[in-house]
Amino acid sequence: MAEARLSPRVIPDRLQSRGSRVLKSWESLLLVVAVLIFTINSFASPYFLDPWNLSDATFNFTEKAMIAFAMALVIISGEIDLSVASIIALSSTAMGLAVTMGADTPMLVVVGLGTGLLCGAVNGLLITGLGLPSIVVTIGTMSLFRGLSFIILGDQAFTGYPASFAYFGQGYVWWVFSFEFALFVLFALIYSVLLHKTNFGRAVYAIGNNQTAALFSGVRVGRVKFILFLLTGLMAGIASICLTSRLGSTRPSIALGVELEVVTMVVLGGVSILGGSGTIPGVVLAAFIMGMVTFGFGLLNVPGIVMSIFIGVLLISVIALPILWARARRRVAH
Amino acid sequence: MKIFKALMVTTAVSLALMAGTAHAENKKIALVVKALGIGFFEAANKGAQEAAKELGDVEIIYTGPTSTTAEGQIEVINSLVAQKVDAIAISANDKDALVPALKKAMDRGIKVISWDSGVAPEGRAMHLNPSSNPLIGNMIIKLAADQLPDGGDVAVLSASATATNQNTWIEEMKKVQGNYKGINVVATVYGDDLADKSYRETQGLIQSYPNLKAIIAPTSVGIVAAAQAVEDAGKVGQINVTGLGLPSEMAGHVKAGSSKSFAIWNPIDLGYSATMIAYDLIGGAEAKPGAELKMGRMGTVKLDDNNEGAMADPFVYDASNVEEFAKIF
Repeated sequence: MAEARLSPRVIPDRLQSRGSRVLKSWESLLLVVAVLIFTINSFASPYFLDPWNLSDATFNFTEKAMIAFAMALVIISGEIDLSVASIIALSSTAMGLAVTMGADTPMLVVVGLGTGLLCGAVNGLLITGLGLPSIVVTIGTMSLFRGLSFIILGDQAFTGYPASFAYFGQGYVWWVFSFEFALFVLFALIYSVLLHKTNFGRAVYAIGNNQTAALFSGVRVGRVKFILFLLTGLMAGIASICLTSRLGSTRPSIALGVELEVVTMVVLGGVSILGGSGTIPGVVLAAFIMGMVTFGFGLLNVPGIVMSIFIGVLLISVIALPILWARARRRVAH
Repeated sequence: MKIFKALMVTTAVSLALMAGTAHAENKKIALVVKALGIGFFEAANKGAQEAAKELGDVEIIYTGPTSTTAEGQIEVINSLVAQKVDAIAISANDKDALVPALKKAMDRGIKVISWDSGVAPEGRAMHLNPSSNPLIGNMIIKLAADQLPDGGDVAVLSASATATNQNTWIEEMKKVQGNYKGINVVATVYGDDLADKSYRETQGLIQSYPNLKAIIAPTSVGIVAAAQAVEDAGKVGQINVTGLGLPSEMAGHVKAGSSKSFAIWNPIDLGYSATMIAYDLIGGAEAKPGAELKMGRMGTVKLDDNNEGAMADPFVYDASNVEEFAKIF
């Protein structure tokens, strides 16, 4: 360090070269992990590398990933939405009710999306309108929305969805590519552009890094947050249409516990749980990793609890790794 | 690099598992349960393993989700379809939601049956009920009559007045009452499947009918409350409590003497029979109304118009075996 102090100080225009930044990024690490898991799975089971099997496996994550994109934005802005699984349940129940009233498939889609948006609006109003913390509000609405489904359905189930409705969760766009997978790709692109290429996306990062500073810089914090909760509601509505179509029926216990899997996917994707940083490509990779691990373990008939342990270890590593890394670097620097 | 360490462990585990399961010539029958780690289903697996051993060329894949969700079972079904198992025998978390996934399995040539908790008819070849309503109705009165060679007054403690299961069983019981000489059903009361209400209703029965010899409770909540009430009233030896109950909850009362015997399905037999039926279907047997499918030591099962069949009489538990089963469920 002695000679560095003697030489003239150069202030670089960026701290790392673009290449090294990409290489050291969380996303590249995830990509390595994804490739590794894919390779291990291919060797571990003779059934893994079959296009139809892989296509079946995508259903393990497509619905959750679609919500995870919107959830990533919410978490980057420093908030959280734990009511998404209950929104799925309520949307599905509303669609079931619509079926009993004779609704056709386009009407069902409208009902599903509408219920999702409505639930998102309720969350958004309570959080931005009344200024309540999102974690409290959405824990409340998590019980509220699912409670409503239970009141409407009890121990009954709605079945009898029209045959054309099955397309959303069981249909294929081309060869092995399911409609759900196509939606997943489409939303991955839309949310990447929204977060990384628009003013709205910048505002989301700004709010997550420093809400007060964002407010004084002219970012309409309340409006941005309201839109974010509308988006998670809408995505939950879309997921609900897919899941209901895939199951061909509605029960109030539908999608139980999905909110935690969605949050796991987002955090695993490198989105900081404290807000302010994260990318959509990271979430996409995390979705693939979780889907492939679930499917790979399933092919080997590993009990699901081992899978939960694996995801738990992965998640803790994800949160601990950057902190340990930073600490280690500080120690080296001293 | 904890992630990589975790991955290494996974690889090792995967490879170890691979080595243990590679028997291509064996028929693979998957026993899918509501959730792993439930005693009842572990016992069913024991029965399935017994069947596999007896058959010789069968490998049992015992699996299920970690929580009792339909979505979890669908993930399991998808991975079983991918592995090209020969048959899936499932106890369903949701009668309807599993239908599309199971239909797909059947389209790919996999034999699908449900047991214990059924799937809607479109989603399976047949459903195996542990018992049937007439068999249960007969069993509950037989258990009471067996202890009363000279006949006597018996009362029924049911769940709620609107409970479909219990009402059907009591109806079936009354149909065969004539076969048991001297047995006189004096009352039917309702404990609503609440422990305290069942207890009070039993106390009422004891006071109203001084000659009461037996109480039949075809509900697992009612039977425990009734046995407790009989013990508390000091009527052990005078009034016998019987009906349908769980061994783990009834072991103490059998020991105390308030219940001589009671019945419920035997999960070991259920897992055994489901495996045998699946094997029979793989071997070419067809599941259609009126067909008889082989269940090994359990005999055969005859299918009704819905392709459903009843395995056997409810299994009787008494002082000789209740302790052993209390550990299971």
